[in-house]
Amino acid sequence: MLLTLSTTHVPATDLGFLLHKNPARAQQTSVSTGTAHVFYPEADEHRCTVALLLEVDPIGLVRTARAGGTEGAALAQYVNDRPYAASSLLSVALGKVFSSARRGVSKERPELVDVALPLEVHIPALSCSGGPEMVHRFFAPLGWRVEATAVPLDDTRPEWGDSRYVELRLSGELRVADALNHLYVALPVLDDAKHYWVDADEIEKLLRAGSGWLAAHPERDLITRRYLRHRASLTRRAIERLAEVDDAEALDDALAPPVAAVGGPADGDVEEAADRPVPLALQRHGAVLAALRSAGAQRVIDLGCGAGALLPALLADRTFTEILGVDVSARALEVAARRLRLDRLPERQQARIRLLQSGLTYTDARLRGYDAAVLMEVIEHLDLDRLPALEHAVFGAAVPTTVVVTTPNVEFNVRYESLPAGAFRHRDHRFEWTRQQFADWAGTVGERYGYAVRLLGVGDEDPVVGTPSQMAVFTRGATTEVAA
Amino acid sequence: MSTEERAVVVPDLCLVVLIGVSGSGKSTFARRHFAATQVLSSDVCRGLVADDENDQSATPEAFALLHHIAGVRLRGGRLTVVDATNVKAEDRASLVRLAREHDVLPVAIVLDVPEGECLARNAERPDRDIAAGVIRRQRADLRRGLRGLAREGFRKVHVLDGTEEIDRAVITYEKQYNDRREDTGPFDVIGDVHGCRAELEELLGELGYELRRDERGRPVDAEHPAGRRAVFVGDLVDRGPDAPGVLRLVMGMVGAGHALCVPGNHENKLVRALRGRNVQITHGLERTLAQLETEDADFRREVEEFCHGLVSHYVLDGGALVVAHAGLKESLQGRSSARVRSFALYGETTGETDEFGLPVRYPWATEYRGRAMVLYGHTPVPTPEWVNNTLCLDTGCVFGGRLTALRYPERELVSVPAAQTYYEPARPFLPEGDAAPAAVPGRRDDVLDVDDVLGKRVVETSLAGRVTVREENAAAAIEVMSRFAVAPEQLVYLPPTMSPSATSTRPGLLEHPAEAFAYYRGEGVAEVVCQEKHMGSRAVALVRRDGSGVLHTRTGRSFFGADLTAAFLTRLSTAAEKAGLFEELGTDRLLLDAELLPWSAKAGDLIRNQYAAVGAAARTALPAAVDALRQAADRGLDVRELLDRQERRVADAGAFTEVYRRYCWPTEGLDGVSFAPFQLLATAGATHSDRPHAWHLALADRLAAADPELVRGTRSLSVDVTDPTSEAAATAWWEEMTAQGGEGMVVKPAANLTRGRRGVVQPGLKVRGREYLRLIYGLDYTEPQHLERLRERSLGRKRGLALREYALGIEALERLARGEPAWRVHECVFAVLALESEPVDPRL
Repeated sequence: MLLTLSTTHVPATDLGFLLHKNPARAQQTSVSTGTAHVFYPEADEHRCTVALLLEVDPIGLVRTARAGGTEGAALAQYVNDRPYAASSLLSVALGKVFSSARRGVSKERPELVDVALPLEVHIPALSCSGGPEMVHRFFAPLGWRVEATAVPLDDTRPEWGDSRYVELRLSGELRVADALNHLYVALPVLDDAKHYWVDADEIEKLLRAGSGWLAAHPERDLITRRYLRHRASLTRRAIERLAEVDDAEALDDALAPPVAAVGGPADGDVEEAADRPVPLALQRHGAVLAALRSAGAQRVIDLGCGAGALLPALLADRTFTEILGVDVSARALEVAARRLRLDRLPERQQARIRLLQSGLTYTDARLRGYDAAVLMEVIEHLDLDRLPALEHAVFGAAVPTTVVVTTPNVEFNVRYESLPAGAFRHRDHRFEWTRQQFADWAGTVGERYGYAVRLLGVGDEDPVVGTPSQMAVFTRGATTEVAA
Repeated sequence: MSTEERAVVVPDLCLVVLIGVSGSGKSTFARRHFAATQVLSSDVCRGLVADDENDQSATPEAFALLHHIAGVRLRGGRLTVVDATNVKAEDRASLVRLAREHDVLPVAIVLDVPEGECLARNAERPDRDIAAGVIRRQRADLRRGLRGLAREGFRKVHVLDGTEEIDRAVITYEKQYNDRREDTGPFDVIGDVHGCRAELEELLGELGYELRRDERGRPVDAEHPAGRRAVFVGDLVDRGPDAPGVLRLVMGMVGAGHALCVPGNHENKLVRALRGRNVQITHGLERTLAQLETEDADFRREVEEFCHGLVSHYVLDGGALVVAHAGLKESLQGRSSARVRSFALYGETTGETDEFGLPVRYPWATEYRGRAMVLYGHTPVPTPEWVNNTLCLDTGCVFGGRLTALRYPERELVSVPAAQTYYEPARPFLPEGDAAPAAVPGRRDDVLDVDDVLGKRVVETSLAGRVTVREENAAAAIEVMSRFAVAPEQLVYLPPTMSPSATSTRPGLLEHPAEAFAYYRGEGVAEVVCQEKHMGSRAVALVRRDGSGVLHTRTGRSFFGADLTAAFLTRLSTAAEKAGLFEELGTDRLLLDAELLPWSAKAGDLIRNQYAAVGAAARTALPAAVDALRQAADRGLDVRELLDRQERRVADAGAFTEVYRRYCWPTEGLDGVSFAPFQLLATAGATHSDRPHAWHLALADRLAAADPELVRGTRSLSVDVTDPTSEAAATAWWEEMTAQGGEGMVVKPAANLTRGRRGVVQPGLKVRGREYLRLIYGLDYTEPQHLERLRERSLGRKRGLALREYALGIEALERLARGEPAWRVHECVFAVLALESEPVDPRL
């Protein structure tokens, strides 16, 4: 990966003094991920260009990571863009090679350190999540003129479109130290992918490199968030390996927010956007809690609790003496436990709640004997042919007295302007039902397993398409009165 | 003084409660007669919880511990001896309760030693200081309780009177009545007869028994010339026309050793009625009683004795077969308690009643995971249906259904129709039209439980013995299985991972056929087959003759959406029909292991976002670096070596791009999709892993000929690994294929499943091409400094994994072919998926 920095300041070769690198010879420095070469393709009175070429050792890269327990790491670590596209690795190298320059120290030309010089930056392949627009958002507010062109994935397959790489050219009058610090922070932030070097003092590093410009940057929050994220748990890795066995990049994430449009997750939640002032999620929680309270349930299971959307509300109500959160994803349960601060709850609170991994298409003796079970926005994540197994596991084997099921009302989807016609609200949804379909299903299940059914809408009702979400409350041993 | 042995008889599984005051010699007695591990001493437990065996304040905790350990042992079916004073009734009551909870018999052994002796012994022990008053009180308690021990629930009580008798004691074990494990059959297990004598005679005739009749022509015995024996599941009487006739025959057979019989609830009630107890004369009992009126009193007494003496259930054939009237769950098999008898007679009920007023039965069989086959009756069903290795043989003969027997161990059903409907059932049991049988709502055999898959699991395989699945791998697999895989009843196989050949040391190469040939030669395999490796995605297709089925990936995901899958399966089924495969193989289904092309059909996103992207980055960044370096070189800087290297990398990036492009082409519906089967895994009731690969590939070729657009054959070459010329030809073939960018080939033992020096040999080794490996090891892995380090790869784990997954896959197929329960098949399939999440180098 390559980065060049040029100046037309006269004499241009002063750049060498500012960078502490002699234009007359090529130099190399060993960095943790390979070798950083510094050389000057041009160096005369009127124009001087320094090139930083990082030769990544792809095999060494993986071996270093192995120390962190990544034997069996995803294949993506072996064939990846790290040796080619400018990313956090180049940022690390830049930080090391030009450390004095970044701090604004020059023995030979101290008077030039604080002078804005005419500078040009060229990065032929910059890994960038968000494309040229994101590059503009980062650099333009810092006083750079930005020229960013997306690189196509494969010229022979124009239908594949652009890659995540951008050829970047920047020009402007800036202090050299600032330019370097901008790049130091920009590379990982724009890349927005796995760093191989996130550690505890990243915050310190960010604050140092960002001093003087980050605080006032309009995208400050985005920059900070991206800079500091990306850590993976062990379970996550196991799951990644399974995805890979299947030639998939990653498993669709049931925890991901709903889609705004096919093709990418939205920044916000389609449902939320359309449902202010009382968000649908809260209305749904309210409706579920109301159903549980009306049933007099004390011991409840949240089936498919995910990262724990409903659990805090259950925990907050002392009428629920025993709460069992169940999900098929160990990762989701980890997140739920963290969010609930399970290990720090007072003993009495802790005794009320438990989290458990189980698959809802499998029967599970541990789920027997509860007053109520909640399936909140769960069934639509199952393929239709798996539903009978879930029905048996819940209504036939776990046999709670009350079962509360919520699911989207697909008729309402036409009211979400951002949702293309025919698309589901979430990428992982296998189906979404009309009110009639839901009522038919609930009726059949109720009859087969001996539960009476009540159907309710959730959310603000539209006269034509009904409520955005729908709910069925099943009560064991009662009989359904035939609705008029 | 007598020197005769004093026999103390105890059941071989029971809870022995020693009773005696301090110093009566309980510990000595226990040490002499029982293994140290069988004895739980309250003193030892006191020591464990309080570091002091005499700390009386630790007693409650010590007993809690003792009870816990005893419970664990009894659950595991181990005889356990409690060494504590146990002189108080309340202490014994908790132990009787414990025995009952685990359905074993409590046995009391009392060591009744005079007070003076106990005091003397205690005095000898320096570690103990027990007041004389304490001993006296204990002894008073003991004497008081002595006569009531049987009433307290002890099924056997042995009182050893004095030191002399204690010294003469010898423990002898008796088998439980239900334990007939040494009896290996063969058996003919016969369902509920309910007084249908004529049908029983006919059925016994069908089964090959010869009837013996008394002077009045009534059958009184039946004997099988080959020594087979009948086992009756109970409910011989009530409702039907001739209960006495049935009893006479069965009693005769049992008496002659030609049959075994377990009691049904109807026999149980009959005994009580005959003994004059107050029972409701309903459900056909009125008929039996009326019929017995015409018999003489002796016969009635014999009937009463026979029915009363029946043992709740039998465990037969080394524990492989259990017969009980209403079935028996695993934890109760071979146990003795009122609960066992109640379950065996009536089954488990939920406490509710159904719309016909009959008790709702708990579907224990859907949860049954035991090793023993359980045969039972009790609940009439239209046709016997295996549910998790259990089978109900009551086909409602008396209600106009059939009388059914199962030949064991052959598992063959034999039945005769009822001559007429003798009794109207309270609830219709024969389906009207298509109505489902009323016994259990919903699903039965295909119900899977988390306990079948979660946690650390060990799966028994015929090829590789016990295969262990780690807990965290199961946790990852259950998510994938639950959220993405096709339904378990469709998912009967997942392909195993495959190891590459050992690392080549030839210049510029990581893999070469020579190492694969050498491996098989070393394993004593002479003939191997080299199969072209199609670069697509591994696929398993289950296609039925009617065009239904499933096409799934290596992790069990459906390849296509519903419509395209249906279209694919219709095409494949049509091709198989045209090729005559269903007919010829006598099957209605084919399970095919295959490769589906193009790679881009499934991996499109992956190719674009990873391979194409890496190519794009390399093709953009490297030439720019070359330009910059050339400029620097022109200025006279010494960057020659670096420049050369970057120039080579530009070429590598180009080669890499060529490779992935080769495996991508557009598809539209099924147009452009190609299915390359290379093994027929299974047909109805059969596996084919022992058929030579040539057989499998010939079938594939016939499929390809029947639909050349959809199905493609697999090129192959047979090699004698002891013949260098043969090897050279195969090597040349590999070189030619891979030079054109082909993925490579797989070398397999020609005979397919093959055992070598240390068990099963690798079912296949892949030998991948030099260019293809750029996709795996990186664009410029061929650079000498990279290659050298990459050669350090270690194959051990991968090989081990490949064999274990292979064994699991074969095991799944064999279990499926044997008609085993769904959970038994799923267990293996799930284990393959779980093992796939094991951390091994993914480049192998």
